[in-house]
Amino acid sequence: MSVAPAPRSAKKKSARPGGTLYRGNTGMWSWVLHRITGVAIFFFLLVHILDTALIRVSPEAYNAVIGTYKNPIMGLGEVGLVGAIIFHALNGLRIILIDFWGKGVKYQRLMFWIVVGVWVVLMAGFVPRHLINVFSEVGN
Amino acid sequence: MSTIEAPRSSPTPARRSGVNWEKWGWIYMRASGVVLVVLIFGHLFINLMVGDGVKAIDFAFVAGKYATPFWQVWDLLMLWLALIHGANGMRTLVNDYASSPRLGGVLKGAIFASAAILIILGTLVIFTFDPCPAVPADQFSLLPSFCPPQ
Repeated sequence: MSVAPAPRSAKKKSARPGGTLYRGNTGMWSWVLHRITGVAIFFFLLVHILDTALIRVSPEAYNAVIGTYKNPIMGLGEVGLVGAIIFHALNGLRIILIDFWGKGVKYQRLMFWIVVGVWVVLMAGFVPRHLINVFSEVGN
Repeated sequence: MSTIEAPRSSPTPARRSGVNWEKWGWIYMRASGVVLVVLIFGHLFINLMVGDGVKAIDFAFVAGKYATPFWQVWDLLMLWLALIHGANGMRTLVNDYASSPRLGGVLKGAIFASAAILIILGTLVIFTFDPCPAVPADQFSLLPSFCPPQ
């Protein structure tokens, strides 16, 4: 007696690769973004500790270096930095929920879009305020 | 006569003794991550959102913060937790992508050295910092307002 293979539904064919959270779509791209933002933040952290250490050298030296953070081009870079930090932070919390919350894997995709939504809200609060601060410095 | 291994048995048996550092690293990333979200979001809010944001940051601003133990402890925790978190994350990437064990060893050595040096430097700065240092006359105006006249 032979058993006919169960017909594969057409839906299955176009579906994302199964069996793993980290292959394809949101599971994979959030992982890629987590790595890229993590590396960027790490290198900024190295620089940021060195520039802050200048408070131990002299007020003049610290003010000269921190002054470059108020330049508009650096200001745009700070928008990118804060964007990277917020994503890394929120996605990190999502990873923790996937690891420790019983329903984390089930809701990982939804949680990714919640991360994106909260990121948009926080950036909407931060970016205009920061750019006004940075660009109002021009010419002063 | 050689025995045939059971399917899917791992080529090397799991280590059964000693500290499982990879496990503790995994736990550390999550534990420090939660604390860092609070510390760094607070740091960004106080330094970039309140008042004039980045425009207000200068020596007097930082000196005012470090005159209180609260911000000293805050920044000390951020320093240690973030650098170890970041260095361990970079170690993971090197383990994944380094094309040879030798290159990986060099890169991990560089990561460890930079993290260790910056942790020591940052800790020394936080604990030896004087918010009212002796400065030349033309820098008096850069000191925080609570400093006694020189």
